[in-house]
Amino acid sequence: MRGRPKLYTSYTTETALFPTTLQKVMIGLFLAVLVLMPFDLPVINDLPLVRFLGDNSWLRPVNRMLIFAIAAVGLNLLSGVAGQVSLGHAFFMGVGASTAVLVGGASTSRLWGWGLPMWIWLPAAGLVAAAVGVLVAPAAVRVRGLYLGIATIGLVFIGIHLSRVFPEIAGPPQLGRKWPRLELRFWKEETPFVDFSRKGHWLWFDIGNNQKTYLLLLVILLVLSLVAANLARSRTGRSWAAIRDRDVAAEIMGVPEFRAKTTAFAISSFYAGVAGALFASLSGYMYPEAWNLLLSVEMIAILLIGGMGRISGALMGSFFVALSPRFLEESVRWAAEQAEGEGVFAGIWDSLISLGPSDFGFISVKEMAMGFPLPASSLDEIIYGLLIIVFLLFEPMGMFGIWIKIRNYWKGWPFSY
Amino acid sequence: MTGLVLQPGVVALAGASGLDIFVQTFAKALALGSLYALLALGFVLIYKTTQTLNFSQGALALTGTWFMSMVFIDWDIPGRFMGGPTWFHWFMALLVAVAVTAGLGMVIERLAIRPMIGEPLFSMAMITLALEVILRTVSFDAVYIEARILGIPWGSRTFMIGGAWIPWSYVAALLAALVAFAGTWMFFKTRQGIAMRATSFDQEAAMAQGINVHRAFAIAWASGAGLAAVAGVFASMPPWPAAGVASVDGAFFVFRALPAVILGGLDSVVGALLGGLIIGLVEIFAGQYLSSYSHVLGVGYQVVVPYLVMLLGLLIRPYGLFGTKEIRRV
Repeated sequence: MRGRPKLYTSYTTETALFPTTLQKVMIGLFLAVLVLMPFDLPVINDLPLVRFLGDNSWLRPVNRMLIFAIAAVGLNLLSGVAGQVSLGHAFFMGVGASTAVLVGGASTSRLWGWGLPMWIWLPAAGLVAAAVGVLVAPAAVRVRGLYLGIATIGLVFIGIHLSRVFPEIAGPPQLGRKWPRLELRFWKEETPFVDFSRKGHWLWFDIGNNQKTYLLLLVILLVLSLVAANLARSRTGRSWAAIRDRDVAAEIMGVPEFRAKTTAFAISSFYAGVAGALFASLSGYMYPEAWNLLLSVEMIAILLIGGMGRISGALMGSFFVALSPRFLEESVRWAAEQAEGEGVFAGIWDSLISLGPSDFGFISVKEMAMGFPLPASSLDEIIYGLLIIVFLLFEPMGMFGIWIKIRNYWKGWPFSY
Repeated sequence: MTGLVLQPGVVALAGASGLDIFVQTFAKALALGSLYALLALGFVLIYKTTQTLNFSQGALALTGTWFMSMVFIDWDIPGRFMGGPTWFHWFMALLVAVAVTAGLGMVIERLAIRPMIGEPLFSMAMITLALEVILRTVSFDAVYIEARILGIPWGSRTFMIGGAWIPWSYVAALLAALVAFAGTWMFFKTRQGIAMRATSFDQEAAMAQGINVHRAFAIAWASGAGLAAVAGVFASMPPWPAAGVASVDGAFFVFRALPAVILGGLDSVVGALLGGLIIGLVEIFAGQYLSSYSHVLGVGYQVVVPYLVMLLGLLIRPYGLFGTKEIRRV
């Protein structure tokens, strides 16, 4: 009877993160591939997807994806597990980023900054964002559902305004300021202990800055996801789920609503703060207007596309949302090559792609084109909107739901049940 | 996202008395409030009937304004078929543009909203947010190359009350809102209007009474989208910064009207009117009379004032001033 799916003989096995041995092995292999992905290794380089995702030019969007995943895992705790709709995630990311730049940034005549090392500014970004989350949480006890969602939209606008009131922290509007680099120092000494933004030599590998950043972000994401997964199955997580499913019933059963919502907001904001600080550091230069509603919507979209309430859903969704612009850009470039070439399908591609000003087609090959034909960036926005609609209409559980369907199909194969 | 369609500038006239400035500010506040109320009315009609919070209202406003410009300027729709004064053509073109936008609203309802009836409220709201992304991107690309002209008959003309200059556009916005609210009120007295109210009260019970619920949904979305187009056109008139053009900022208008909807209550027509007017008054008066403190409050503080009012209002009355309180059962 051992190893049968869904057969649990004790509580420990039922609440285990990875109940079966097969799952443990698969996760181990997956992690090994993830760690080795950016390096030039014989077997790893031949795997599909990994083959090009590990390339240096792809690592930047991949790093972006990892940061999005950190934020999405946090939002998943709040919206997916605790059921509190929040469109204010960008605000908390902005709070984290501002804290990071205040604690870790350089001080000039116009800007404030204490120049402290990363092991201080990264947790500080999370903690300050969590503190702000605690301040906001009481409103969530009083305001419910859609009203709460819109109230959190208000936070985003107030946040952008606050960044204008304090240009000493956020930098001048539209311009921003330089952000603390990703480098580990013990204190304020000259040469950093590990510098993630320069090339270097680790063990017997030559390692580029993108690879280094990738590994750093991967470690942070893995640790934070593990914490989130464990939180979700702990007493706190169960109280969140109870509040989500029926708050009045939960309260009658002795689950403190106020405490559950406050912890949910605090912890989710912590994730957002850390992600915001990293996001800003990755681009090196960030203006305060970046923490806008579109970012919040993107976070919610990650959850919806990936699957609400699941950590694996948040991870899959961020893979999709963060990398799809790059995928689309590549495919437009590929299609343009096809259209210019001599193949059988050249005519079809040519009718889709507009190569020059007079060429027919609705996709433009130019980077910064405006108006029709659409540039790849606009096309990406449209596809992204369509995807949200399609997923909500046909697969409300998101990519996680698709995965469950595939798994169940093979579990019962050749029977349909 | 910080694009501001109606950045309320500070009224400053050489030699204008305090009373004149007050009259001028009041007129402007009423006009802005009417525009907010127009958008809010569309929100409320859609929310009441289909339980959908329509985030795409602003994008529909932009799309409607774009249609208006296409119909009137590019295609010259009524003008090429008939003679008569230009202002008459303009109003005919407005009707055509509103009808086209209403048709778009019905298509959206049929394709994206109707299959979702009964799903969680938040999923429906997210669908409209995705629609907002699509509509905004398409309209944005359509209007980006050149700001489009709307050919408003009264242009930037003004008239005087005492020493205060008041643009005709303010009066137009106020009249548009009056007509829309009076029309809604009258519509609710008709047979179909009563059917719609029944639908918003309880969909299943209405169905059991033989009411065509699907038609009610279609009408709600058509009128909501049409109202958005009207609001978009009337918000693109000269004294407002988007003067006379369908501009990109139009789509973000919706996020400025949200406080009005929420303050009034998501499902109350009266709430939409009062919420819009209150938010308009607060925003313009704060912009005018607190401008000497802008070094403390920050540039553009008046844009945040509606959100602060909304948050405050929500803490005092969690379902808005006139919204129906949700009854929570175990």
